[in-house]
Amino acid sequence: MTNKISRRVFLKLSGGMAAGAGVMVAGVGAAQAAQGEVGRATLPYPQKAIGKAKVLRNNVPVSFQYPDAASPCVMVKMGNPVPNGIGPDKDIVAYSVLCTHMGCQVSYDTQTRAFKCPCHFSTFDAEKTGQMIIGQATENLPQIMLEYNAKDDSVRAVAVNGLIYGRQSNIL
Amino acid sequence: MSTRKDRVALPPANAQKTNMTCHFCIVGCGYRVYKWPENGEGGRAPHQNALGLDFRKQLPPLQVVMTPAMQNVITDKDGTRHSIMIVPDKQCVVNQGLSSIRGGNLATDMYTPMGVGKDRLKYPRINMGDQWLDTTWDQALAVYAGVTKKILDKDGPSGLVFDTADHGGAGGGFEMTWGTGKLMFTALQTPMVRIHNRPAYNSECHATRDMGIGELNNSYEDAEVADTIISIGNNPYETQTNYFLVHWLPNLQGATVDKKKKWFPRESAGRGKVIFVDPRRTPSIAVAEQAAGKENVLHLDIEPGTDIALFNGLFTYVLQQGWHDKDFINKHTTGFDEAVKANRMSLDECSQITGISVANLKKAAEWAYKPKASGHPPRTMHAYEKGIIWGNDNYLIQSALVDLVIATHNVGRRGTGVVRMGGHQEGYTRPPYPGNSKIYIDQEIINGKGKMYTAWGANPFQTTLNAEQHRETIQRRSQMVKEALSKARGATTEEMINAIYDAVSRGGLFFVNINLYPTTMADAAHLMLPAAHPGEINITAMNGERRIRLSEKFMDPPGEAKADCLIAAGIANTLKSMYEADGNAKMAARFAGFDWKTDEDAFNDGFRKPEGIDSQGGGTGGLVTYQRLRAQGNNGVQLPVKEYKNGKLIGTEMHYMDGKFDTKDGKAHFQPSPWPGLPKPVASQKEKYRFWINNGRSNEIWQTAYHDQYNEFVKGRYPMSYIEINPEDAKSLGVSSGDIVEVRNDYGSTYAMAYLEPDIKRNQTFMVFAQANGTVGDVVTPWTDRNVVPYYKGTWADIRRVGSLDDYKKTVSFKRRRWS
Repeated sequence: MTNKISRRVFLKLSGGMAAGAGVMVAGVGAAQAAQGEVGRATLPYPQKAIGKAKVLRNNVPVSFQYPDAASPCVMVKMGNPVPNGIGPDKDIVAYSVLCTHMGCQVSYDTQTRAFKCPCHFSTFDAEKTGQMIIGQATENLPQIMLEYNAKDDSVRAVAVNGLIYGRQSNIL
Repeated sequence: MSTRKDRVALPPANAQKTNMTCHFCIVGCGYRVYKWPENGEGGRAPHQNALGLDFRKQLPPLQVVMTPAMQNVITDKDGTRHSIMIVPDKQCVVNQGLSSIRGGNLATDMYTPMGVGKDRLKYPRINMGDQWLDTTWDQALAVYAGVTKKILDKDGPSGLVFDTADHGGAGGGFEMTWGTGKLMFTALQTPMVRIHNRPAYNSECHATRDMGIGELNNSYEDAEVADTIISIGNNPYETQTNYFLVHWLPNLQGATVDKKKKWFPRESAGRGKVIFVDPRRTPSIAVAEQAAGKENVLHLDIEPGTDIALFNGLFTYVLQQGWHDKDFINKHTTGFDEAVKANRMSLDECSQITGISVANLKKAAEWAYKPKASGHPPRTMHAYEKGIIWGNDNYLIQSALVDLVIATHNVGRRGTGVVRMGGHQEGYTRPPYPGNSKIYIDQEIINGKGKMYTAWGANPFQTTLNAEQHRETIQRRSQMVKEALSKARGATTEEMINAIYDAVSRGGLFFVNINLYPTTMADAAHLMLPAAHPGEINITAMNGERRIRLSEKFMDPPGEAKADCLIAAGIANTLKSMYEADGNAKMAARFAGFDWKTDEDAFNDGFRKPEGIDSQGGGTGGLVTYQRLRAQGNNGVQLPVKEYKNGKLIGTEMHYMDGKFDTKDGKAHFQPSPWPGLPKPVASQKEKYRFWINNGRSNEIWQTAYHDQYNEFVKGRYPMSYIEINPEDAKSLGVSSGDIVEVRNDYGSTYAMAYLEPDIKRNQTFMVFAQANGTVGDVVTPWTDRNVVPYYKGTWADIRRVGSLDDYKKTVSFKRRRWS
């Protein structure tokens, strides 16, 4: 439900406007613009095309930034259906790669299919919605919510579940 | 409202600021608590928020730990709502701004009606036989004191049994131990007391104390300058996290070489090395290898229960090499020759018993005891915990270990120490225990002794040995009282007390649970009294380097919950009035001296008047006040306090630097500790059953999971106790990760969630300790050492597959918890 509202608000607001680096930002002024029409119960996340499903190779991480250029993320096609996975095979997921503990960049380990933090050794399961396997974080890895459009095979980032390290709010 | 947890409210610059010491593990990390009206929040510019950070742009790594779990909204008694944020304190020398998963949840754990604490006890509750009802403090205390008095007058104090915490942190603290201690030992004078994790009133460290060495004798800083750290039966990444991350790892990574050169200018200095003694390759070992390089980590993967042989073998070898400190032994010790004779063991024999190769035994001895290039003896810190505390003969292992330590003078020099790593924080201040022997309380209960049982900040259903039989007995004896209460419907309080007393006189047991939560004990209890925890009350406690801090109250407890010390005072004052009404001045006098209004009153009455009592504050406890502690913030002071000078409490960083030990003659005392083999009941289980059921704590779950069982982050990770099994063994049992298995032996059975792990050896396992949903104590033998200290680790059992829960398999990660 919230996703639908967000999208409608987004379309209304963005109207094809494209910001730099391909990021379309609904951001600033969204609340005012939406006044009198429909409220927003979520942060004004941008929608961003981050790739095509069919060109993704199994277990090969693809970097992107979301919801803005200061937030590094990784998308992986796991090769088997996973919770919150999208795409024709329900296996594409994406995460912020800033460890939720202290913001060190986690790296994707293709062997274990887990994200590993070099600072305090927290690890997160890419196949279980970013669940912390062991470590000192109090939150799982923020999961980038994705949507898949079968018509053009596109994968879009539409929201984030969980707070990205080093921010008061995911939308700066 | 969105449940994405994708923003937090920043504390405004003028938010109320107080200090909190994390009340979970022994390390006692410093945290800052911010509190401000719910409808406000700080701005993103650095001067607009209390953290002083610039949130207008992405923060670089390692600037802060500030997660949604560190925030909450609480309501005070006056109805006002406040946001709180609890973040690690960068100024605290203990954790230096780092948080662990446990401390990171401090704000989440604070009471809100829909939060983790939603099941907290808010009012006294009484069980009328088949239902729980809220009642008043007046009635609850009248029933508690009434039954107590009847038993005390008719049967004497030994009818009154307690299971209680003796520690610091939540459920403890100097105020709690004093309040409960004064009630049990001075007023009631009962010896029928056990401690929260063991079945008698005893220490976990009798041997080292008998040898003249208290178990907390160095500072966390010593781990930074040690040449070698020996970590024995201890998994510090998971159980003393920030001590390990902040003070051990920098040494192992070479970051403290300059400090070593400064402290010990004439000695060779290099990066530290670490030796782990543990049958299991723990996550700590994997992390240490990653951080320090495999060449700096030695794992002695000892056969379970053979530590005594290991230390005797090393002791003998060190003497043969001449690496012992002869001068120190001559001047500052006694009993050396007897120990040499009793402990003698060749490396070959040691290797045969422990399963460790002679080459690795030699390597360990060289790392830890061979003189350095500069000719100086190495500074080796020996850190131990439950692997030997709950090991094959607690008393003898500690004796064997400390013999080796004294022989090599690895105590009383900076960079050394023979220290327990600890579980809870410490916080002991009590009158002397009123008895001369150690009573195995669980066996007394099983044998029908005792009439009233108070579990106080303790859970004997989950944290004891032979737990199944013990729990069954309590349930059965409790049921007799419940039946009596059922029949007494409509009774006055006095008639109720009579009915209870009649039932306990026929073998029943009146069971009282004083706790934050109902817990599993609610099944057997008749009365529950709501306690409070840090943040809701002021408490003091000390960490593993004896650092005492004041953890400040910043909100009200839920409902009518109270500090433990004030509950104790309520009980004592009620009994005093009852004896006064009887005209029994002599008994009334025993219950005098509980006229406390606050937790600080209890602190002043106990810790600050140390004469004639047992206090970890020592003889100078009187110098410590709440006000002085408040001024010293999260760094507090290391006990014992030496003096109060220029407005500052000056503490003690290391014990025994003068070569004077805690014995009558001031000399450290060697103790013979010949290798005894496995105790019979344990050996017989080992013979009969295939799997060794090693057990202990896990990083993510604090203690009995009293909070964590309500925390989705933790509960989602471990919906029940997990048991690590070798994949080949699992295959032979038809078990895969996420399956539920039964663990059973002659003493009982329990369930666990299988977690396959290749680092676990064949026919060995590791199961989480003290949980409700899978209680490993159910399969632990009743065997104890001479001081009634259990051998929790000495458990063998069979495992069979029960079946699968699809949801576990779908939602729980079974990837390896070892860094690989």
